[in-house]
Amino acid sequence: MLPMLGCATPGASAGAPRVVVVGGGFGGATCAKYLRRFDANIHVTLVEANKQYATCPGSNWVLGGLREMDKIMHGYDTLRSKHGVNVVHDTVTTIDPAQRVVRLAGGQTLAYDKLVVAPGIDFRWGSIEGYDKAASQIIPHAWNAGPQTVVLRDQLRAMRDGGTVIIAPPGGAFRCPPGPYERASMIAHYLKTHKPKSKILILDAKENFAKQGLFTAGWEKVYPGMIEWVAGSKGGKVDAIDVAGKTLLTEGGFTKHKGDVINIIPAQTAGSLAMANGLAGDTGWCPVNQATFESTLHPNVYVIGDAAVAGEMPKSGHAANNQGKMAAVAVVSAIRGYEVPEPSAVNTCYSLVAPDYGVTVAAVYRLVDGALKGVQGAGGLTPAGASAADLRREANYAEGWYTGITEDTWG
Amino acid sequence: MSSHRKGRVALTAFALAAMLALPAAAQAQITRGELMAVSCFACHGTDGYSSGDMPAIDGMPADEIVKAMKGYREGLKAATVMDRHAKGYSDEEIAQLANYLSKLGKKR
Repeated sequence: MLPMLGCATPGASAGAPRVVVVGGGFGGATCAKYLRRFDANIHVTLVEANKQYATCPGSNWVLGGLREMDKIMHGYDTLRSKHGVNVVHDTVTTIDPAQRVVRLAGGQTLAYDKLVVAPGIDFRWGSIEGYDKAASQIIPHAWNAGPQTVVLRDQLRAMRDGGTVIIAPPGGAFRCPPGPYERASMIAHYLKTHKPKSKILILDAKENFAKQGLFTAGWEKVYPGMIEWVAGSKGGKVDAIDVAGKTLLTEGGFTKHKGDVINIIPAQTAGSLAMANGLAGDTGWCPVNQATFESTLHPNVYVIGDAAVAGEMPKSGHAANNQGKMAAVAVVSAIRGYEVPEPSAVNTCYSLVAPDYGVTVAAVYRLVDGALKGVQGAGGLTPAGASAADLRREANYAEGWYTGITEDTWG
Repeated sequence: MSSHRKGRVALTAFALAAMLALPAAAQAQITRGELMAVSCFACHGTDGYSSGDMPAIDGMPADEIVKAMKGYREGLKAATVMDRHAKGYSDEEIAQLANYLSKLGKKR
């Protein structure tokens, strides 16, 4: 009898499909949760180094003094207890697509039928001469939230009234296109409240930026004369930094900008895990089948979130959350032997210009000729003539969005 | 093997068949309505409800969802961002969305 019972019970679990998800941010945590919601027979392991995840959305609100750090931190207990995800706090060192295993720094090896990788971003250290990982302890990037956010916040708090804050956003593809400009807004809110003689200088590698009209109109209205933005071709592109002297060099070193607080947001690539394991192409980002998010370089490996090339979808937490669900649908469909339903995804990016002044950009995505494209006539920006009441509503909804998406991802 | 033990074997086999039948019934195809609906949950919360200030959509009857989405799409219903979203969906897609969402019930 015992062997037969033994066959019946573990047999079911031994035969259960195994999915490993690497990275517990908006993409990975959502994917792990929805895999279990779509099919509780799938064994899902989520590998994430940190026990608490600090979200980039909301981190600018910390800089503005609107929120404390503990209000942008999320743990993994609910994924374990409510959704039955096996959460392992460790780091993946190697992906072996031929053997279908991942190896962890702690020595464990996890076998998978399907692997979902959500590695986020890494930085192109050296794209600004003199700026490297060690320098970021003194001149923070704060483009991964957490300790870096605290470094920048504390520098702003320690700065004298009348000081200059310099923000240097990157060119190319990068995480959260409106993020640097929401950051400028939130720092301006902090300075206006506590150090009103101070200035913000944005030295940009780009010629234009996300929600530009909405931000510049908001800055004129709320922070007149406080924020100056310089386009790349007008001397905005930073070539080098003197970390000790807190000085940025532009125009081939001919112009120097000294800052009391400097925030360098370096150029970016897909997270190092993707780069080291052959998941990224020549661009530094990961090509995927945009209907399923399966890598075009390694079968049975799915790449989601900021690291993936996802057509017109931006590198945002909202996009990553949606891609986590799309990949979960694709993985479950593949396991069950069905075709993947025709893709549909959404992005909504809320930014605060001020605590009572919110703006958005939105889009609905469909697959057109193999690439995710925004539906013509849908989506777009908060109207330029939006009433103060609507801008206040959007600010309230920005907070509502944060609660909704973090509960949808980690709750 | 005693008849008692044979009975247990038969029962175990029956229980096993019943257990296998359950997952088999759950092996349905994930519909496009469900795929579209879960994309709404990023703002509105899982199954249409969150503890924050985003309007809840859990427990809404299908006809109310259809009416609201078409109202946003045609500019007949005031909105901050839902008008921009609703324009991305055809009548058929709105019906698929509403059909799936309305079956989830109230979460509060």
